[in-house]
Formats: sequence, C-alpha cells, structure tokens
Amino acid sequence: MVLGGFELFLIPGLPFVAFVLIAAFLLKRGEKAAPFVLIAALTGSLVITIQALASIAGGKPISVSLPWLQVGGLSLDLGVLLDHLSGLMMITVCTVSLLVQVYSIGYMKGEIGYGRYFAYMSLFSGSMLGLVIADNIVQTYIFWELVGICSYLLIGFWYRRPSAAAAAKKAFVVTRFGDLGFLTAILILSFQKPAVFGFDQLSHSIRLMGPGVVTAVALLIFSGAVGKSAQFPLHIWLPDAMEGPTPVSALIHAATMVAAGVYLVARAYFIFAAAPAALLVVAIIGTATLFFAATMGVAENDIKRVLAYSTISQLGYMMMALGVGGYTAGVFHLTTHAFFKALLFLTAGSVIHSVHSNDMWQMGGLGKRMPITAFTCLIGALALAGIFPLSGFWSKDEILTAAWYSHLPGHQIIFVVALAGVVMTAFYMFRLWFLTFCGEPRSEQAEHAHESPWVMAVPLLILATLAVIAGGLKLHIPWTTGGIGEMIRFGDEKETVSVFIIGLSLVVSLLGIGVAWAAYRANLISPAAFNARFPGLHRLLKNAWYFNRAWELFATRVVLAGARMAAWFDRHVVNGMVDGVAWLAGWAGRRLRVAQTGQMQFYALVFIFALVAGLVVVFGRGQSLLSLVMRP
Amino acid sequence: MTGINLVPIHAYLVVSVLLFAIGLVGVFSRRNAIAVLLGIELMLNAANINFVAFWRYGGGVQMEGQVFAVAVITVAAAEAAIALAIVLNVFRRFKTINIDQINLMKG
Repeated sequence: MVLGGFELFLIPGLPFVAFVLIAAFLLKRGEKAAPFVLIAALTGSLVITIQALASIAGGKPISVSLPWLQVGGLSLDLGVLLDHLSGLMMITVCTVSLLVQVYSIGYMKGEIGYGRYFAYMSLFSGSMLGLVIADNIVQTYIFWELVGICSYLLIGFWYRRPSAAAAAKKAFVVTRFGDLGFLTAILILSFQKPAVFGFDQLSHSIRLMGPGVVTAVALLIFSGAVGKSAQFPLHIWLPDAMEGPTPVSALIHAATMVAAGVYLVARAYFIFAAAPAALLVVAIIGTATLFFAATMGVAENDIKRVLAYSTISQLGYMMMALGVGGYTAGVFHLTTHAFFKALLFLTAGSVIHSVHSNDMWQMGGLGKRMPITAFTCLIGALALAGIFPLSGFWSKDEILTAAWYSHLPGHQIIFVVALAGVVMTAFYMFRLWFLTFCGEPRSEQAEHAHESPWVMAVPLLILATLAVIAGGLKLHIPWTTGGIGEMIRFGDEKETVSVFIIGLSLVVSLLGIGVAWAAYRANLISPAAFNARFPGLHRLLKNAWYFNRAWELFATRVVLAGARMAAWFDRHVVNGMVDGVAWLAGWAGRRLRVAQTGQMQFYALVFIFALVAGLVVVFGRGQSLLSLVMRP
Repeated sequence: MTGINLVPIHAYLVVSVLLFAIGLVGVFSRRNAIAVLLGIELMLNAANINFVAFWRYGGGVQMEGQVFAVAVITVAAAEAAIALAIVLNVFRRFKTINIDQINLMKG
C-alpha cells in the first residue's frame, strides 16, 4: 500500500474527477475529448483496484475510514473496504464500464449531448464504485441513491422523447419505492444501542439485537435490493428503462447498477444469515422473479426488452442463490452475468445501430452482414444459456447445485422452477439469435445492414473473450491466491459437485435451444399456430402477466384511495380542528358582544355592581365597613 | 367642639349616602349628558362630606380631611371643564347630547 490505503479513495474518486472535468470544460466545445477523460480515469481506478487486490492477496481486507459526521451518539464515517468481494466487483465494474465507454465512442457518435452523456457516465461510474467500496451502510445508501439518479438521467437521455422521459420517471419512482425500505432499515439500525453502521462492526453487533429486529432490518434492506435489482414485483421499471441508449442499458441495466441489489444482499449477508425467515423471502422472491421474467422474455419482440427480461430473470437467479445459501454461487453468477449480459446488450446495440429498429421481426439474416456481431452475440447467448464450457455454465450450475443441496424448506420446488427457467432462458436467447441473425432479412434496413465500426466491434470481442473465460474464476481469481469458492465465501459453505445436476442443466438448456431452433430456424413448429392454440397464454405472456396493469390499478385505486382518505382526513380533521378553534373564538365573540352595548350608563352600572360585589366578597365576613373605620 | 359633637357621625354619613345615591341614580338614569355630569358632581360632594366628617370625628388633629376635600373640589372643577368640553364636541359630532344615541362602541 502506497498511501496506507488512502489511495483506495481514488477508485471512486477518479471518475468523479472526470465528471467534474467533463461537466466543467467538455460539455459543448471539445466534447470529443470527454470519453478519453473518463477512460483514463477508469483505467486509473482499475489499476489501483488490481494493485490493492494483489496486495491483500488472500490476506486480511483493507479498511480505512475517516470520521465524517458526529451527531449526538451517532457517528458517520467515510470509509473504504477492500476485500475479495468488493475487489472482484470493482474489477468487473471498471472493466465493463471501460469497454462500454469505448463502444459508446462509436455508438453515440454525432448524438446531441455527446459530452453530457459521458458526464453522466462518469458520475455513474464513480457512484457505482463508491457503492461497492463503501465500508458502511449509510455510505452505501448515499451512493445507492446516486446511481439511482444517474440511471434516471441516462434512461431519460433522449428526454425529448416522451416515452424516454416517462420511462426515466418510472424507473426512479419504482426504485425509490424499494429504497424507502432501505432507508427505514438504516433508521432502525440508528436506534440500536450501540448504533453502528460499518459492515465490520455490524457483523458483531447484529448478535446483540433481537431476532425480530434483525429480520425486520434484513427484509427492509432486501426491499431496497428488490427495487434496485428489479425483483418481482418491482421489476416493471427495467423493461421500460430500455428507452435509454443501449450502452447505458449494457452498463447500468445489465452489468452493474441492477446488480447492486444483489451486491448489497451479499455485502450485508451476515444480517440475512442471522434471519432465516428473511433468507427464505429472498429465495422465494428470487425464484418468482427468475420464473416470471423468463416467461415474459419468451413472448417479447423487442430485442432490448428480451434482454431486459433476461436480466431480471438472471438477477432472480442470483437472489435465489443468495436465499438458498449459495453465497459464492450468487456472487459468481453476478460476475459472469455482468460480462455476458453487457456483451449481449452491446451486440443488440450494434444491431440497432445498423438496422435502426428494436423489433426482431424487422431483422433477420444479419449473420452474413454483421459477422462479428453475430458471432459475439452467439457467444453471449451460449454463455447465458449455460453451455459448457462458457462462463454461464459454471455459475448457473453452481446456483442449481446450491438450490438442490439447500437446507431451506421447499428447496426442491425452487430447484425445479430454476430448471424450468434454464429451458426458457435458452429458448428466448436462441429465439432472439435465430430471429436476428438467421434466415432472410425481413426489412429494407436489415437488407442494407453493415458491420459496426471497429471502435464498437473491439469491445464486443473483448467482452466475448471474458464471457468465455470468466468461468475460470472458479479456479482462480486473478491477483488473488485462489478460486472464487475459497476467496468469496460465507461461513462454512461447502462446495459440492454433482455430475447429475451438471448433466441435467446441460440437457434442459440444449432442449430450450432445440425448441427455439425448431420453431424459428427449421420451421418444424409454428409459433403462430401455438399462439392460436393457446390465445390466453399468449396474451398473458405478451402483456407480461399484466403486472404493469396491476401496478397501475394499484396506483390508481389503492394508492389514490389512500391518498383521498388522507386528503379527507387533512381537510376535515386536521383542517377542521384549526377551523374549529377559529369558529369557537368567533362563536364566543358573538355571544360576548352583547355585553358591549355601547351604552355608557350600562357600563357604569356594571362597574358599580362589580365594585359592590367585590367589596362584599372581600369584607363581607360579618364586619360592616363602618366597623372597620370606626375602630377606636 | 362639643356642640358639633351633639350631631352624631351617622347623621353626616346618612346625608352623604343620600347625596351619593341621588348622584348615582342621576348618572344611571338621566339621558342628558350634562345631567349625568351633575350626578357625578353630587357623588364627589358626598365624598367630600365623608372626608370632612371622618376627619372631624377621627380626632381632627391634622388637616388631611379638609385638604382632601379641597383637592376634590379642585379636581371636580377641572373635571367639569374637561367633561363640558367633551360634551360640546359630542354635540358638534352627533348633534345631540342624549347618551343613549351615542353608542358607536356597540359590539
């Protein structure tokens, strides 16, 4: 360590500096230089992270913190915590962000607001790194909200498009809904004695808290994760978030920010481990998410929305893994998914860049016209489907194994649902791939599509390489001394290997690919006939199980009804009390005004009688006034 | 001194009370502002009788009672001057000095 660990502050700090530089000098003139400032900053962050990770290499984590605020008995620190979990996550974030920025140079070329785009991206990268490296939960929350606002800004990047503006608002509001729980959890922690926020101190003090408090805190933290990681039932914002530029979707809504929820649960896993009920909830929500999202992805025609549903589904896998006790599996999948899903989004962006449409039915036959994109997309799809030996195979297999050997009640059901998810994942990914890259072009633009420039193709190739080899993390995390199972683990988690599960997951995912091939390539099965046969099912999936409708009803009926009740209460009870006091004063005044006759003689009369009455009261104890005076 | 002592203090007090009561009734019942003022004058003089009577029967060593009576007369003169000025202004304003009709302060 060069500066006693303080250089770790530079990891999130450098992108923030880049943000300030771009925002101050490169928004209008010289915006061409903006991406390079950010790329330089991210490279710096990456180097520092690697160097720090190498220096702890299997040893104790580095933790440095500075006192920030002292309020009463509460003390808030500003600190960094570098262990294998945050190190791996930061390497992932830096790498993906770096590649996405390079890609963006090509993708965003000539856009209005080119400089603004990279300013937001810098702010996001810094905030995301700050979130990951935070050593206490309050700091996590601060950066958590910062990445939220960056997500809002970038989804609404094309703010002149009403749909983009609406999607940005939706994403912000829905995630805020979950964040409310997160904030409440922090408030509950602040009322504990002693009130500590550092992850390290919390892991000790959590034992002193009652089981009810721990469960409440765990569930509330999880509600923040549900919003951020687009878990059921707050997943509805992520498909709409695809209104943003595609590199944004790749970085924020696939690889990093949406994974922050999973990361948070992993970071605060000791709280969940102390609350089995919360862990069960995590597993159930994760399972529901992975299943529902996968079914929605099957019937979607928008290439980016398929990927969005896929992301939700994969995040569900990660949550489920954490819930069933597969801590390593969840984190492992988080890392591999970041690479191959970012890759898939970037290939989708490459296609959209060339075809100018998101509709897969407008594409087709792009394989010959865009060979690099088609090839890298195939790699991503195979990785996501979990085909040996690509990265997704290893991590998904670990999740399935964790579900199978879990101690949770009903873990067999979770396993079966997860397996069904694997089939659907393979199916929708290859449906996407066949529709986009195979067959004949189905539109004018697809006919004239051409490969993207090198500045976009090279990041695709690098990410494809990472998507292939990231499974190697199982054997060895670079710059550390062991595989992911040894370096990132919780408690006495055991590694189990089951040939049966490996074989089963491979077979079901090949089955999914086979069905997709039969339906969309070989035309052995007609999807249209299937839809005609089961119109209800098709409608249900097409409308994403009507979740948007349900939320809309919830918002318009339940929330508005509640709001109306609150308004009624405010208008009639609260306001009524204020009005009542005023009315009482007025009423009393009206009653009392009759005393003010304006007749001077009446006043005098009252005065005299009052005087006499007063005298009688004061002196009326049997003595006459005279006897007082006449006393000798 | 002895001759005066034949008249008991009660006699003075009865006169004083009567005078005060007449003044009070005048103040309460007359509608003419000047008549009300006259009532006040009667009440002041009732007080004067008391001052002097009590002074006389309370030993009469020093002159407090008489001094007070003179002071009251002085004040009464000043009061009459001011009150009449007020009545004059009231008349200019309302064209009447009937105090029943001067009730701007009615709530």
